[in-house]
Amino acid sequence: MPTKVIAGHEVQINDEGFMTNPQEWDKDIAVEIAHEEGIADLTLAHWKVIDFCRQDGISTGKAPTLRRITTAAGVSTKDMFALFPKGPAKKVAKISGLGKPEGCV
Amino acid sequence: MKKLLILGAGTAGTMVANRLANLLDENEWHITIVDQNETHYYQPGFLFIPFGIYSKNDVVKPKRDFLPSGVEFIMSPIELIEPEHNRVKLSKDGRYVPYDFLVIATGTQTHPEQTTGLQEHEWYKTIFDFYTVEGALALARHLRTWRGGRLVLNVVENPIKCPVAPLEFIMLADSFFHEQQMRDRVELIYATPLPGAFTKPIASKHLGDILERKSIKVEPEFMVEHVDPDAKKIVSYDEREIEYDLLISVPLNMGNEVIARSGMGNELNYVEVDKHTFVSPKYPNVFALGDAAALPTSKAGSVAHFAVDCFAENFTRYVDGLEMLPTFDGHANCFIESGFGKGLLIDFNYDTEPLPGMYPLPGIGPFQLLQESEANHWGKMMFRWMYWNILLKGQELPLPARMTMAGKWKN
Ligand SMILES: Cc1cc2nc3c(=O)[nH]c(=O)nc-3n(C[C@H](O)[C@H](O)[C@H](O)COP(=O)(O)OP(=O)(O)OC[C@H]3O[C@@H](n4cnc5c(N)ncnc54)[C@H](O)[C@@H]3O)c2cc1C
Repeated sequence: MPTKVIAGHEVQINDEGFMTNPQEWDKDIAVEIAHEEGIADLTLAHWKVIDFCRQDGISTGKAPTLRRITTAAGVSTKDMFALFPKGPAKKVAKISGLGKPEGCV
Repeated sequence: MKKLLILGAGTAGTMVANRLANLLDENEWHITIVDQNETHYYQPGFLFIPFGIYSKNDVVKPKRDFLPSGVEFIMSPIELIEPEHNRVKLSKDGRYVPYDFLVIATGTQTHPEQTTGLQEHEWYKTIFDFYTVEGALALARHLRTWRGGRLVLNVVENPIKCPVAPLEFIMLADSFFHEQQMRDRVELIYATPLPGAFTKPIASKHLGDILERKSIKVEPEFMVEHVDPDAKKIVSYDEREIEYDLLISVPLNMGNEVIARSGMGNELNYVEVDKHTFVSPKYPNVFALGDAAALPTSKAGSVAHFAVDCFAENFTRYVDGLEMLPTFDGHANCFIESGFGKGLLIDFNYDTEPLPGMYPLPGIGPFQLLQESEANHWGKMMFRWMYWNILLKGQELPLPARMTMAGKWKN
């Protein structure tokens, strides 16, 4: 399993750059991955979604799909695209240190 | 008598009724199956209707012809599942049916009303679906006189049942317009929420190359926000617009409302069950099979078939007090029609993405994985006969239920 140093921590990642151990995550890591993904500032609105995904991801063992986030966290799809442009569920999963969402099989 | 109740007599429900009627002792078990519909639809056949390859008669048969004589069939909408009370309420006469074991097989249905502009005044005029028999027939009529222009195929959101059907549709359209000698007057665009032609990387690359060769344009990561039926364009959440002359939509797929009403589903009304045994984590006497289950594999008839293979044996262990074995591996095996009398085949499971190779016999085939061939096309056409005559009746195919790596190339 490849590793990568993010915000000073060595973390395990898969070949698509998703962290594989959600326990290795912290908020500094989130900020740095967000930068890499083209999001300069994580606002309160971003954190609300990230917090939901962390909670949900850890309790279910998988990253939530876009529909799960919009239904359960009360954020509209439109806002999700504004906050995490281009593939919001994938992007927020990456920033939250979760695997890739399984939505599409 | 122990009571087994099956909800939904579609592909999965019918197969499991047949299989368990054979395996369980009829002196000890009473099996009941409920469906609101008298007619069984061969849904894979809907794909061929718009292009005049199949007619309605090819895809419908009475459900009763496929249910074993010992099984009680009740025709009624299902109103509510009450797992705390081990019973199900039917709409007809407000009747309650008690059970010892429950199999949920209510499938997934399309919801065009969930996308603004889709099912309005242009529905079945310039906007069609082919996931229902009505949509497929309306589109067939429309294509007979269509003069060409820009055809846009849009998948609203994943997951959908038969995730390869949109690809097949657009490739068959290419073939059809060639035959009509009007391909030069038709532009084909496939707008999908996926990052490419398919969900898994290797298959996506192979299929993407084929689409390119056929001059079919893919618009990836397109999540439709609304349809503007007057300006004839679809608009995405990130404000991209695609104009069309003819829009073919695969609307949002959701599990049946009865699942939501009963508080048993996730955000898309699919039932969470163990991915190897289909047992509900909450109710040890409740199972979900087929499209109704929230599992990370394709929603397809072939998957339902392999699932029933694994489930039926396991169920007889379970009712004898043994542990269920984690036998189901997410195995999916799908033919992909690619037009001009050819097709592809993909074979995969939870852990292994579709790879090139030969199937079912390593090196021999006769089917080729992830490559176009005429044999694959005939496989797909034979599938209808197998569906009605072998699969639905719960008879075994000479194919292993679990996926094998033999015959596959890992590069
Ligand atoms: C266009 C198209 C192409 C396809 N191509 C392929 C293919 O090539 N290969 C393949 O393997 N699969 C294909 N599929 C998918 C395949 O048809 C489905 O995956 C399969 O039918 C699922 O079986 P099921 O039993 O889970 O659901 P279904 O067969 O849909 O059955 C569900 C049943 O439940 C009943 N029901 C639901 N709710 C209620 C209620 N509240 N009350 C009473 N009854 C209810 C319905 O009436 C229905 O009979 C295709 C599907 C489509 C639409």
